[in-house]
Amino acid sequence: MKALEFRRNIPRYAAARLAGSFTPGRGSGVGPIRLVDADIPELPNQDWEIVRPRLSGICGSDLATIDGKSARYFEPLVSFPFIPGHEVVGDLQDGTRVVLEPVLGCLSRNIDPPCKSCQEGQLGNCEYVTFGEISPGIQTGSCCDTGGGWSVAFAAHKSQLHPVGKDLSDEAAVMIEPTACGVHAALSTGIDPEGTVTVIGSGTLGLVTISALRSYFPDVKILATARYPHQRSLALDLGADVVIAPNEIKRAVRRMTKSRAISLSTEDGNVDRLTGGSDAVIDCVGSSESITDALSVTRPRGKIVLVGMPSSVNIELTPLWHREIQLVGAYTYGTEKLADGSVARTFDLAADLVDSAKLDRLLSAVYPLSRYQDALEHAASAGHRGAVKVAFDLRSEKERDLL
Amino acid sequence: MKNEKNLAPRPGFVLDVDRTSPPVLFHHGDTFKLEKLPAGRSRVIYPPEPLEGLRDPDSAIRHALENPIGDSEPLSALLRPDMKLTIAFDDISLPLPPMRRPDIRQRIIEAVLDLAAEAGVDDVHLIAALAIHRRMTEDELRHAVGDRVYDAFAPSGRLYNHDAEDPEGMVVLGETPHGEDVQFSRRAAESDLVVYVNINLVSMDGGHKSTATGLSGYTGLRHHHNVHTMRNSTSFMDQENSELHASNWRMGKVIRDAGVKIFQIETTVNNNTFGRSGPLAVLQKREWEWSARDRASFVAMQKGLDVMPSSARRQIFNSWEAPYEMTSVQAGEVEAVHKVTTENVYKQQIVEVEGQTDILTMGLPYISPYNVNSVMNPILVMCLGLGYFFNMYRGKPLVREGGVVIMSHPTPWEFHSVHHPSYIDFFEQVLADTTDPIEIERKYEKQFAEDEWYIHLYRNSYAYHGVHPFYMWYWGSHALEHLGRVIIVGGDSSAVQRLGFQSASTLRDALEMASDVVGPQPTITHMKNPPIFLADVK
Repeated sequence: MKALEFRRNIPRYAAARLAGSFTPGRGSGVGPIRLVDADIPELPNQDWEIVRPRLSGICGSDLATIDGKSARYFEPLVSFPFIPGHEVVGDLQDGTRVVLEPVLGCLSRNIDPPCKSCQEGQLGNCEYVTFGEISPGIQTGSCCDTGGGWSVAFAAHKSQLHPVGKDLSDEAAVMIEPTACGVHAALSTGIDPEGTVTVIGSGTLGLVTISALRSYFPDVKILATARYPHQRSLALDLGADVVIAPNEIKRAVRRMTKSRAISLSTEDGNVDRLTGGSDAVIDCVGSSESITDALSVTRPRGKIVLVGMPSSVNIELTPLWHREIQLVGAYTYGTEKLADGSVARTFDLAADLVDSAKLDRLLSAVYPLSRYQDALEHAASAGHRGAVKVAFDLRSEKERDLL
Repeated sequence: MKNEKNLAPRPGFVLDVDRTSPPVLFHHGDTFKLEKLPAGRSRVIYPPEPLEGLRDPDSAIRHALENPIGDSEPLSALLRPDMKLTIAFDDISLPLPPMRRPDIRQRIIEAVLDLAAEAGVDDVHLIAALAIHRRMTEDELRHAVGDRVYDAFAPSGRLYNHDAEDPEGMVVLGETPHGEDVQFSRRAAESDLVVYVNINLVSMDGGHKSTATGLSGYTGLRHHHNVHTMRNSTSFMDQENSELHASNWRMGKVIRDAGVKIFQIETTVNNNTFGRSGPLAVLQKREWEWSARDRASFVAMQKGLDVMPSSARRQIFNSWEAPYEMTSVQAGEVEAVHKVTTENVYKQQIVEVEGQTDILTMGLPYISPYNVNSVMNPILVMCLGLGYFFNMYRGKPLVREGGVVIMSHPTPWEFHSVHHPSYIDFFEQVLADTTDPIEIERKYEKQFAEDEWYIHLYRNSYAYHGVHPFYMWYWGSHALEHLGRVIIVGGDSSAVQRLGFQSASTLRDALEMASDVVGPQPTITHMKNPPIFLADVK
């Protein structure tokens, strides 16, 4: 079957890193990813099924991997060769349309008793992602045994599969996984109902996070940064109160929070840091610059939620220490506790949000697998090409019907 | 060589451009351009030449103080030993550019202080009546009042900048019949006599505006520094048709009725902005009268400026002090004084112009009232062009309704962080959202006016008040409502776009773009300003 396969190959990895540093997404042409004729994955046991992807999204973490920029932290947590793709809507053999919840936790690994996190429903925090009946891999798309969404077929544990209602289009369904990340991030802020939140970045993650914030905290004041006009427009439409250019963040948060500014001279009108700041900052970029900005505009004892995958960064942590700021990660999802005390699966919340906020509009372009280099370059430069989410469209793959 | 100063100054002049007309000098920030205007349908308005200054200004001042106009006793008769005297004076925004020493304010304040000393007045305070402008620095105050006065009063805290945000230092004197709060300096309100020292550069200055605005704060200013007032001031340079003027006059009556006694001293200056001789003299000559030496000096200046970084150019121009000469001084009761002052301003500045134009062009210079020793940021470019230059008319605007204004200015995306912190935020937040003055006023003014950090910087640093950029935008609101399009030639395209205007690389391109709005073969009028003129449009 046709699949995009990522192999461990150090020279190619180095070449991808070099190429990707010049042009984002260009690592696809020289790096370890190749379009191959792969075997259909074997099912580990009767609790697994074959999924035939319909649409499969391209995520920022995928692009980091392809351009050789992902952290070495993941090396022992994945198994090669793997087929990327974890934002998937697809069909089961019986024709049921499903969305994949990609985390490979204890249940899918047939580990009993499960780890503490899985017991508590926090699948994203599974402690045993390198153990059990399948090879290491934090998600579908990073495990050599399961395959991944960038192919005609892959294997998924039944616990990973969420049936999709017939009213939800494929374009909407493929947005459920990234939206779940945004829902988790928004709820991780623990913000007061009338607090202030700053969202750094208005790519896919930023936009779904803004939408989630507005949905669960209708009265919070949301400020977002956006680099491109279409991002600005979407951010406003999805619920941001103020959208500004990234280099305007300090002045803008100062205005929103009515803080005073701190600079080398207290009288010069420049804004280096703030006396107060935003109650919470959600960083959807994950760069040294964005985290530094986040530390500059978070109020004392405020919280920074890191949603964008950061890799290696170089940041000054003195403000974290001095202002007693919490810096927390928001990797994926599992179950969420809502303001009314109820508990819900993040994916269910995300599916509702995708539907109500019409997040299918964030899917900007689709490509066949054969044009994977174009697709990856488009996704890597989505912002300045006026796009948000780019995905592979496998609905027309001929092999799909032969399975 | 003829002595030009001995020739009678010529009145303003409207040149009809023909094929033989030389290119016209356009100010372009801290550089210049020579532009050829289309023959047969263009005209250039030249300001009147500088009137003769008073031969003995100090004698004229003393004479004015002892021979007041209107219902007022001579100043010496108003002074007594046990009184509380406040001398308020115009701030750094007047005149433009700053004038050579001795500044008129110094001459007058020294004369007033001499009389006060003779009368044995001890309790004297001097206040720079800057309303919500930035505070003046020590150097600027020294320049305005002179070293002798500064050294005698500033160290003991008796010479200082007005602070419109000092909760203890401001008082509301009452309300006009229109419901306008009249906010005033407590020191001035509690004085037995306020002597106001004015330099009247344009007809909007002076009169009750000196104190009702200069010694007020946001609580009072918001009643006339707003979109409604500016759109109903057609123009704000024409007192008969200025709602801004009317509001200040209503407030002046409240101040008077509250028992505040004001002795108003007003002066006018001539048009000698760049000198009758010297390095910039060519800027106030008519192009067809340029001598070979003028042309050579202009070319040399232009080439020199071209190779300099903008910061160096700015430094050069900021160091220019105009050789203005005082053309009149009058003192006494506010309204009577101001009537005479206005006539003297008109004597220097009025140019009669027949009919309106389709396109009005203007070369904006490096300076406006709010960037002395500072940076001309994009908001100030808008204010100078659409606020001040557009409103330099009586009767009708120079440009017809639906017409086009073309301004020439580099319009850099650049701000002075000390002087204009709230401008940066206004540009980044407010103009990114909307350029509609009404919407801006409704949605953002209060937030900026009450921002504690801006207030801190206004009071303790040298920052314009947080609300000031709003007033700059309102200043252009009459023009924005009147015009069909605004084009900036040679500006930073991002900054021009943020202002809501169109950007053109050349004047020819701009004229082409304007024809979309006003049709082919439009009439064009160029304001050759500065030096300043006021168009009396028939």
